[in-house]
Amino acid sequence: MQKFTTLTGIAAPMPLVNIDTDMIIPKQFLKTIQRSGLGKNLFDEMRYTQDGQEIQDFVLNQPAYRKTEILIAGDNFGCGSSREHAPWALLDFGIRCVISTSFADIFYNNCFKNGILPIVMPQDVVDVLMADARKGANARVTVDLPSQTVTTSDGQSFPFDVDPHRKHCLLNGLDDIGLTLEKAASIDSYEKSLATLRPWA
Amino acid sequence: MTAPRTLYDKIWDDHVVHQAEDGTCLLYIDRHLVHEVTSPQAFEGLRMTGRKVRAPEKTIAVPDHNVPTTLDRANAATMTEDSRIQVAALDKNAKDFGINYYPVSDIRQGIVHIVGPEQGWTLPGMTVVCGDSHTATHGAFGALAHGIGTSEVEHVLATQTLIQRKGKNMKVEITGSLRPGVTAKDITLSVIGETGTAGGTGYVIEYCGQAIRELSMEGRMTVCNMAIEGGARAGLIAPDEKTFAYVMGRPHAPKGAKWEAALAYWKTLFTDEGAHFDKVVTIKGEDIAPVVTWGTSPEDVLPITGVVPAPEDFTGGKVEAARRSLEYMGLTPGMKLSDIEIDTVFIGSCTNGRIEDLRAAAAILKGKKIAVKRAMVVPGSGLVRAQAEEEGLAQIFLDAGFEWRLAGCSMCLAMNPDQLAPGERCAATSNRNFEGRQGRGGRTHLLSPAMAAAAAITGRLTDVREIMKESV
Repeated sequence: MQKFTTLTGIAAPMPLVNIDTDMIIPKQFLKTIQRSGLGKNLFDEMRYTQDGQEIQDFVLNQPAYRKTEILIAGDNFGCGSSREHAPWALLDFGIRCVISTSFADIFYNNCFKNGILPIVMPQDVVDVLMADARKGANARVTVDLPSQTVTTSDGQSFPFDVDPHRKHCLLNGLDDIGLTLEKAASIDSYEKSLATLRPWA
Repeated sequence: MTAPRTLYDKIWDDHVVHQAEDGTCLLYIDRHLVHEVTSPQAFEGLRMTGRKVRAPEKTIAVPDHNVPTTLDRANAATMTEDSRIQVAALDKNAKDFGINYYPVSDIRQGIVHIVGPEQGWTLPGMTVVCGDSHTATHGAFGALAHGIGTSEVEHVLATQTLIQRKGKNMKVEITGSLRPGVTAKDITLSVIGETGTAGGTGYVIEYCGQAIRELSMEGRMTVCNMAIEGGARAGLIAPDEKTFAYVMGRPHAPKGAKWEAALAYWKTLFTDEGAHFDKVVTIKGEDIAPVVTWGTSPEDVLPITGVVPAPEDFTGGKVEAARRSLEYMGLTPGMKLSDIEIDTVFIGSCTNGRIEDLRAAAAILKGKKIAVKRAMVVPGSGLVRAQAEEEGLAQIFLDAGFEWRLAGCSMCLAMNPDQLAPGERCAATSNRNFEGRQGRGGRTHLLSPAMAAAAAITGRLTDVREIMKESV
């Protein structure tokens, strides 16, 4: 997994609430058996017409936001399906951080497995960041994971919370499976106890 | 004497393999369900690292999302190339890694969340995961069940555990009894209407109360299935005699002495008196009406007797979202929901593709004809389909003008050829009305199987209670 330490980049405003995973990556793109290559279809139905032309109004099609690395989004971002294709598509596009007032649980969890940092901020802070993102390409937001701060283009800084274990994994690009396999002895002994406690399981 | 615990607390405690100082837990997984869409990258990960499936006997795979549901599906030409590759990948992965498998040709094949309980894989007190958000369905058995992403699928395959932090406890109590014409689907949609789609975020919901106890296992699965639509990863219902009766004798349910031991354990699975819930929602069963959705979020739910709302009826970010929904759905504020004309009716999905759902729809449809352009029933599994044929339900659907399909996820998410055309309006028993969910530009109204049948007969969203009156 790619490490996440500090990121300074263009932030795009997506104030719509309840942006679901079907919007982030529609189902016709879930038929891949790979993780990469989904960036071109990120937000496909909002981004392109049925015949594949770009929809000018859509934020990521505007010249200022074509190289977006941070999304500032409305409430409950990533609701709906468990498809990890959603963070894969964001990552493949180049987006490494999403900031919102709230995220759906499974999506939030999936982000950390892919080197994407989802940040929950209170409404008033999201409002400030949304306004900053609307300034366009010259307004670069900085996300600093070690110090847990987000800094706007004009230098306003806001702290954020992140689970210490997840922070550690992101900072070091650690693979969860490798970490868990270090505890194989615990799993062995749990399974042994299962044979007497719940033999039907 | 330990502090009183919730059902969720008890299942959680019994599955902790390891707890870190910061509270992060390694949770043991009893059953891992797998389908073709969210698993290929996970199996590929195992191959690349030379890892094996730790507990193949606890891993169950079935293709459901992509598979065609037309009667000619044995013909490979009914599938697109990429769908065929995905199903073929599952065939190969199941064989290579030695996991339990129900291929398309097996009569037991169906939607993973219908097959699991049907085959007795899902048992009370278990942890059940699947790379699919509707895994919450299995909570109806008092199992802690939730959806996971593909990285976690790989993690469970390799370690039979998940890294988790414990969620909060939420109680949703439905008091009293439901009125005639009101079903489990109306309960679960009404709860989401009350709490919003993010109301359950961070929580595990326990559904309780008389109206929940009075539901069949099928109805309880419908309720838990949509916990995720309310933001909760998992929904739970304490097991009782109905649960035990449903489980007993199923192919993978315990037998003999193991059954007795299991039963004794299962009877300890309830929330202790005085246990703490972080959030409580109470709804009177009598107050729940047959409902439909009008917008593009499952929280956009109203009784069928209502009217389409206006964006100004909402506050904050929801104003713009409602405006967008109404435009997408092609609806005008103030119009009666029962005046909305329907093109298509879809009965099926992991929410409402079980035998009881088909019985409820057939009871309304018996002797009637459809007044919509197309209508289809997609049973949740090959066994549900066979049972419905035996009970004469299939003939009722066919006589009414419905298509009688083979099992799969079908038009719920339209990954197979069953899709809506742009602007096509569908009354669907599935679980999501998101933009484009059933096909780009397609318009979805979520409702119960009985309400879907009523809409099929009249060609518009209809209060099923009116049809029931006529039949008396």
